[in-house]
Amino acid sequence: MDPHTQQTIIDAVGKHGRDNLIVVLGTPSPEAAAIAAETVTIGDPTYAGPLAETRLGLTVYHILEEQVRAALDPAIYDQQVGLMAESLDMPAIAAAVAGVRAAISHEGK
Amino acid sequence: MPTIKRPVLLAASAVMAHVPGLLRIGSKPAREIARDASLVGRLIENSRSFDEAVGYAPNQAFIGAIHPREMGPRPHFNRLVEGGQRFGPDGEIMPEREFLGLMALADQFKLMKLAPEIGSAAAAALEQHPLSDALKPQKLAAAIGDPMAENARGALALHLGSGEYAGALATGHSEDANLAASVIAENLACKASGALALAHLLRLNKIDPASIEYVIGCSEEAVGDRYQRGGGNMGKAIAEMAGCGEASGADVKNFCAAPIPAMVIAASLVAAGVFRRVAVVGGGSMPKLGMKFEGHLKHSMPVLEDTLGAVAAVVSEDDGRSPVIRLDHVGRHKVSSGASAEAILEALVTAPLDGMGLTLNDIDEYATELHNPELTEPQGSGNVPERNYRMLAAMGVRRGLFGRDAMQGFVAQRGMPGFAPTQGHVASAFCYLAHARRALDDGGSARRVMMMAKGSLFLGMMTGHSDGMSFILERNGG
Repeated sequence: MDPHTQQTIIDAVGKHGRDNLIVVLGTPSPEAAAIAAETVTIGDPTYAGPLAETRLGLTVYHILEEQVRAALDPAIYDQQVGLMAESLDMPAIAAAVAGVRAAISHEGK
Repeated sequence: MPTIKRPVLLAASAVMAHVPGLLRIGSKPAREIARDASLVGRLIENSRSFDEAVGYAPNQAFIGAIHPREMGPRPHFNRLVEGGQRFGPDGEIMPEREFLGLMALADQFKLMKLAPEIGSAAAAALEQHPLSDALKPQKLAAAIGDPMAENARGALALHLGSGEYAGALATGHSEDANLAASVIAENLACKASGALALAHLLRLNKIDPASIEYVIGCSEEAVGDRYQRGGGNMGKAIAEMAGCGEASGADVKNFCAAPIPAMVIAASLVAAGVFRRVAVVGGGSMPKLGMKFEGHLKHSMPVLEDTLGAVAAVVSEDDGRSPVIRLDHVGRHKVSSGASAEAILEALVTAPLDGMGLTLNDIDEYATELHNPELTEPQGSGNVPERNYRMLAAMGVRRGLFGRDAMQGFVAQRGMPGFAPTQGHVASAFCYLAHARRALDDGGSARRVMMMAKGSLFLGMMTGHSDGMSFILERNGG
């Protein structure tokens, strides 16, 4: 995640508070999804931006995860995301982001 | 009124310059070196030799020696192509000393000075070059000087990949950031590589340089001064250097997508009878050298983004055999098209196909963003061409053309592995032109090839939109 985007997220947390935010990722691969999910939770694992060693602990999902799809209008979802859902490795991406969430909740306990 | 003429792709070329020393003044490495000077040593340690760059399968595909589908299994960087040569059917891979010489030849304002041993070696090598008549290396003598003295005056230092001091580039104007040495370096690298591509095209295809009437530049660099930052006309600068004395020119800018509208405009000029032969040239992008070097270092790979890529094409009136550029239905991403992946592909791919009464299956090969995944994956950017081809295949599924089980076959048959350096506009279909021309020629395997490109306009912060354009090349008389 580039430093500019990381700063935008920090600013949003400052403005709205972390409990009022959910990050929805649109990254096209499981690897990129995991890095982005880590960045907004335990900190930027690539140490490239302002979120390095910053634990924002935000709630994070990927647009291709079932929980997100179920929360949105099916027609609009199909129009905007349908092609990506068809062409990307949806189960692997979902598993990558769910894996980061699970690791954090485990850490929290 | 003149009758509408059928425009054809008369010829195309592709060249590379292996410049591991210029890599350190690429945008990303330069920024990181400013933070940590010890990075220079790691870049030198992890640079590739010229022979390694020549034997690299994606580079051999780039100059047309092999088809991208013949590159063999990855990784390519540690398994070189046996017998890989510097010169290929579509151009060459030029070593860095010679390319620095070519940049100095492109420099008419005498801003660049080469160290004596580098300048002499470059001049001697360029004297033996098949294009020596066009490139006039004897003029290099004027660029050989004392770069240390230039450097003392605040010039930009130039090095070889080995770290050896190679020369210096003075600033064009002390009070104009648009003429800073770093900007001039980018523009000279672009001009020199573009002119090399055009000169190869003319020689390889026995085309009289004087028959080229117009040269459209579609490079990424902005040429200008403080009153006109993107003033332009790299096209005419390249025409002059390549010896096209009867040509004028202009530039088409559209981020990475620029070559496709440039080709459509060139074909339209020919179709309308304004000009008989129009060249389209995209020179190399120096700022993108080493853009993803951190991923390569992290994975203990050589820093592979060490080559500039440049492409040239000539569009002419119908010669009865070259592939036809179909102007009746070009794909374009309209302001109203929408920004979802599906909306973009509808605008660029299915709308023109629908207009022609064709389907996705009627295109034998799709040339899209053809970035070499070995350059992008280590930095987490994924396999760009594969993603594009899977989306095209998914379009076929959603349109009921075939089932999901046929997606992989569609990708394998009509797509190809990425082979281009991460040089934006060059990687965006443009690098495939010479291959496409071969595939559509007598004895070739294809009947139609679609060329499509997308550009990230939002990066310039004037609109939130992206853009894109496509056209279809069709076998002549087929």
